[in-house]
Amino acid sequence: MNESLSRRRFLSRGVTGLSAAWASAHWPALLAAATHAHQAAKSAAPVKLGFFTSDEAKEIDAIASRIIPTDDTPGAHEAGVVYFVDRGLTTFSVDDQKTYREGLPALQARVAEMFQGKSKFSELTPEQQDEVLHSFDEQNAQGRQRRFRTSAGAQNFFETLRQHTIAGFLIDPDYGGNRDAAGWKVIGREREHMFQPPFGYYDKDYPGWEVAIKADANEAEKK
Amino acid sequence: MPEPIRYKTSDEVDFVVIGSGAAGGVLAKELSTNGFRVVVLEQGPYLTEADFTHNEVEVLQRNQLTNRPSLQPTTFRKTPHDKARRQPALVYGRMVGGSSVHFTANYWRFHEIDFIERSKVGPVPGAALADWPITYADLEPYYTKAEWELGVSGLAGASPFDPPRSKPYPMPPLPVKSGGVIFERAARKLDWHPFPAPMAILSQPRPGRSVCVQCGFCESFGCEVGAKSSTLATVIRMAEKTGRCEIRPNCYVHRVEINAHGRVIGAAYFDAKRVTHIQKAKAVVVCANGAETPRLLLLSTNRQFPDGLANSSGLVGKYLMMNSGPSAMALFEHPLNDYKGVAVSRILHDFYELDPQKVGFCGGGGLDARFDMTPISFATTGYDMGGLPPGTPKWGKEFKATLAHNYTRSLEFVSHGTSLPVENNSFSLDPNVNDAWGLPALRMTYKDHPDDLKLGAFLRARILELLDATDAVQKWASPVEEQEFAYHLLGTCRMGNDPKSSVINADHRTHDVKNLFLCDGSSLVTSGRGQPTLTISALAYRAADRITALAQKGEI
Repeated sequence: MNESLSRRRFLSRGVTGLSAAWASAHWPALLAAATHAHQAAKSAAPVKLGFFTSDEAKEIDAIASRIIPTDDTPGAHEAGVVYFVDRGLTTFSVDDQKTYREGLPALQARVAEMFQGKSKFSELTPEQQDEVLHSFDEQNAQGRQRRFRTSAGAQNFFETLRQHTIAGFLIDPDYGGNRDAAGWKVIGREREHMFQPPFGYYDKDYPGWEVAIKADANEAEKK
Repeated sequence: MPEPIRYKTSDEVDFVVIGSGAAGGVLAKELSTNGFRVVVLEQGPYLTEADFTHNEVEVLQRNQLTNRPSLQPTTFRKTPHDKARRQPALVYGRMVGGSSVHFTANYWRFHEIDFIERSKVGPVPGAALADWPITYADLEPYYTKAEWELGVSGLAGASPFDPPRSKPYPMPPLPVKSGGVIFERAARKLDWHPFPAPMAILSQPRPGRSVCVQCGFCESFGCEVGAKSSTLATVIRMAEKTGRCEIRPNCYVHRVEINAHGRVIGAAYFDAKRVTHIQKAKAVVVCANGAETPRLLLLSTNRQFPDGLANSSGLVGKYLMMNSGPSAMALFEHPLNDYKGVAVSRILHDFYELDPQKVGFCGGGGLDARFDMTPISFATTGYDMGGLPPGTPKWGKEFKATLAHNYTRSLEFVSHGTSLPVENNSFSLDPNVNDAWGLPALRMTYKDHPDDLKLGAFLRARILELLDATDAVQKWASPVEEQEFAYHLLGTCRMGNDPKSSVINADHRTHDVKNLFLCDGSSLVTSGRGQPTLTISALAYRAADRITALAQKGEI
């Protein structure tokens, strides 16, 4: 483990210190090493929360898990979305701290309003959880009777968390989310950084530019 | 490589070039190669390949490579009678290499018609359509020079609508993608003429630059392997190697300085710590893009030019054109995996030149097949269309299932068309909003010419016709709407022979100030049909020749 971590550090320091030309020439080897080192480092890295309390993290994880649920494939929980959001709120999304600080209690107030005796989202059944989140859908719809008190704070919080959940599920795993590329496995995106044709179903039998022109001309003639 | 030269601000260099993008990078290289001492003042940072990532949050949401709405607010209004409201109105590359770093790398030449459309179709009500003072033939050698020096992949002669060229492309087209094959087959069924897209991305390696690795992160991102032919990856390095050119990043020019004789003497800029310096120069070339170039002139007022430097025509900032074109998404049965590879592999130009008598509007366009959405942008609806069909739930089981099924099976057909020059469409200084440096913000005024909207409807119909000729299982098109956001910043200091109806002459010299030159998207007289970057770089190669000739004759 230590060996992998130090290799990774060496690699990241090395890349910034070397010329672009060198990096280009050694690109494939570099990527293979980076991917390997990254995976090794990640499996060993302990997860520490920087913004949420563990209770809050449980709530965020529960909400994210309804935004992208786990079924026969991984969801937001398996992709470690809560850790991506936690890290984001102390780094690239510090501006959203207030949205979370005020929004989560507002959403929990909605939980209490809808389900007597409950105060936490994570205590509800999945069906009840969806019902809470759908209450924000209804507020979005124009002119429809509102069943609950307006809560701009909770509304804004849910929309922000929805966007953060998608980002944390689908971002390149090198940037702190999408653990084990779980999100990319779900959407069918390969992890490699380099690709070669054929890329997909419709180009695998492409005969080349000149031949394709003739083939299409022949087909047109037949008709 | 020796350490690049550093000049003192008190050194009177031959040229200050403001901006280092598709035009500024080329001018820096050409002028320094021709023996001149050059300082390039670039607003943004000096990043290199090692700094580039696939981090969608940093690049797309936090504007790592582009102008920052939080520091550089913009305002928008449709007409001069409306009150401008604060909203993001444009995007441009804010770094060494400018927008040539993050652009998609579509690299079309303009066609002959683009330079002479006014003569050919006559006046268009509500538009100041004009011929260029130069023709396609004048620019052709510089198109060729740009394609060869910067590195462009393509297939000469593949499109019957291509204008004449003196040399083929320097390297073959990039690999076709599934989306390109679908596009190509459908277009031929309709007797249209699809062809391999010319792209400023390497299909063959060059010294110090890798061949494209097909990673798929072209649009909005910097290329980590130097395969995208930005000015950063090409001419800027050549400029530094001359030993006569200094690239000075993090310099925000806010005033072109002028003396009592009406001559430019240098450029005043804020450094990274917001301290003002004045770099002295014998001449200044502004290449700050079609928004920031007119803004800088409007900021540089003095007694002789109370309405802005070189603005005796009153046209600085006017005739803004940004190209337009609706798009459509389609879903197919099998995986295309079009997230791999460059954004665009096939295009067509059958509708580039249309007969206004027949179609009822002036303009034309091209179509492409592309997939340029990163995973997060595919899953969300941003300021462009996201990748999911309308009506898809925004969260939950069905959202996830649609995302999982569609990501590899989706394709976009995009059109690119004319914007006509309209005097009210402009960049100006907002009297009520300042940027983080205390300077008046950019105010965009824009309302599409009615012909542009008719063209949009025409191109949208062609896209749907093309999609009907495919096996798409589902398709949906964006509506034709008036635009409020600009990617292409064109026409705002237009070129012309008459000082009353243009800002610069055919040498890119301002009509009013002998040693002040402008070259970037602002120089364009017409918008072309989209994809203006090659034309901007070709103009810069030509401008460098013209400026060098003037300097050698002692006429600057």
